Amino acid sequence: MTSTSVTNSEAKADTQTASAPAKRAKGSGASSKIIVTAILVVVALYFLVPVYWVVVASTKTTADLFSTNGFWFAPTFALWDNISAVLTYDGGIYIRWFLNSILYAVVGSALATYLAAAGGYALAKYRFKGNNTVFGIVLGGVLVPGTATALPLFLLFSQLGLANTYWSVLIPSLVSPFGLFLCRIYADATVPDALMEAARLDGAGEIRIFHQVGLRILTPALVTVFLFQLVGIWNNYFLPLVMLSDAKLYPITLGLNNWLSQVNRLPEFYQLTTGGVLLSVIPLAIAMIVLQRFWRGGLTEGSVK
Amino acid sequence: MTAPASDQTRTRGRRTGEQRAPWILLAPFLLVFLFTFILPILAAVGSSFMQVTRSGLFGEQGVTQEFAWFHNYALALGDGSFITSIGRMFLFGIVQVPIMIIAATILAFLLESASARWPGLFRAAFFLPYGVPGVIATILWTFLYVPGLSPIIDVASWMGIDIDFLGPSTVLWSIANIVTWSYTGYNMLIIIAQLKSIPGELYEAAHVDGASPFRIARSIQVPLIAPALMLTTVFSIIGTLQLFAEPQVLQSVSPAIDSQYTPNLSAYTTAFAYNDYNVAAAQAVLIALVAFILSFAFLRLTNRKDQ
Repeated sequence: MTSTSVTNSEAKADTQTASAPAKRAKGSGASSKIIVTAILVVVALYFLVPVYWVVVASTKTTADLFSTNGFWFAPTFALWDNISAVLTYDGGIYIRWFLNSILYAVVGSALATYLAAAGGYALAKYRFKGNNTVFGIVLGGVLVPGTATALPLFLLFSQLGLANTYWSVLIPSLVSPFGLFLCRIYADATVPDALMEAARLDGAGEIRIFHQVGLRILTPALVTVFLFQLVGIWNNYFLPLVMLSDAKLYPITLGLNNWLSQVNRLPEFYQLTTGGVLLSVIPLAIAMIVLQRFWRGGLTEGSVK
Repeated sequence: MTAPASDQTRTRGRRTGEQRAPWILLAPFLLVFLFTFILPILAAVGSSFMQVTRSGLFGEQGVTQEFAWFHNYALALGDGSFITSIGRMFLFGIVQVPIMIIAATILAFLLESASARWPGLFRAAFFLPYGVPGVIATILWTFLYVPGLSPIIDVASWMGIDIDFLGPSTVLWSIANIVTWSYTGYNMLIIIAQLKSIPGELYEAAHVDGASPFRIARSIQVPLIAPALMLTTVFSIIGTLQLFAEPQVLQSVSPAIDSQYTPNLSAYTTAFAYNDYNVAAAQAVLIALVAFILSFAFLRLTNRKDQ
């Protein structure tokens, strides 16, 4: 059920876009096609070079890393040694960091999406006193720099004894003002009042209507909110840096930076860092390419409909 | 809100349900929002006006808090390095934000034009860096910046050019490159979404009128994607003032980056290296204020141009 409604809206968007360029295509010839494609290839090289470098570097020994050209492979192929070093160093701490990141990102963004959906739906589908005030304050929250809240949040959590626990990173990740904003726009445009009214006549309570009617219709927006929040938490650095001092609780970003900061004293950390970066980028690259069609530019979502 | 008078009891029962429902649905979000946004912001503003005095040599005779008016703000604004770091971000933003937004716009136009081959493939490649955390993006580029490791420096030196990516005059632009690399694809996607919302009839009408592709871009596409451009610019301005991970990670390889290189790094250092939370709070409030003022100034400026 969920997947069909997503594909429907995808298909709609695609036919809409396919028609416009096709009509423009009539005038453009083969030469402009070559020029445009050439430009795009050059730009793609820029975006892919660092990733290519780390793929090459993680196949080298530490000695080869400094003595051979960075853009090509060395005679000795040490990829498996490097990867096993990454996975076994310090009792497999890398795997732990990876699982921590997944825990923070998946649990945090799933709950954040649900909270944003409920809130956005409530703001869009009910008229009540304080509606606009609530929306205005939350929208203001979008503009407040995340790092401005991290410091006082740390002080607050320290007093509550929550600092340096899983909760200290998870709890702040549950709020997505941007997600609420998106869900409100989307619910406003897509959830029909008549359908809610019909459900009411069938005797369904308001909360049940949200779960059975609202959530189902909101699914395409929920996918977008979930993905943005997932990447946001996965990429977050400042919050865990401020909150966590125990390396066992680190997400992968903090852990890898910890390794990088040791390369000056111990050069073998170069191999650990390159191998660790490679392993962390692979799943992201796959996810980005597979989920690419779900990224619908976020905030402008509402205006498309 | 006016219901027919008949069937009163049922309507009343439903009405209270409908009045309570939005608050029940909103409650979980608002609770966490209050706890992790509003409370810390109030706490930051509050502690930026407080001063902690420790009596005794090591504060062993107790700690007293007192209202300090704008003392912490005076300290923050009197700190030359902090002001320099804000100025540095101005310079950074004036150069990097336009380059990134223009690049994102051009890429969006090229991908949406019929001339592009394999648009899906290119879009994925351009968007990929957005999924790479800032810290890991910086680690990646660090390898390409460090002499002895970087193939780019090797290639340049064969051609007789000496580049120092990490020197005092260049490292800011090395950071700008990392930020551009990370976020151009993301901004491009927002612009593409807006481009897709332009109705096909507009293009047809332009074709009937004999408009060239450039004319279409200038007269139809650019004005209609203006909201997306404004949005991405405001987000980029806020992001610039918050710059933290990139300089913090590069610190370990570039001595040109000090502990107060960006405003956020300053606040972080003040709080965790000097343990002066009150001045750090004042700095955080100042950063947020500057971000607000710049965003609003930009929106006002662009609105006036439209009229």
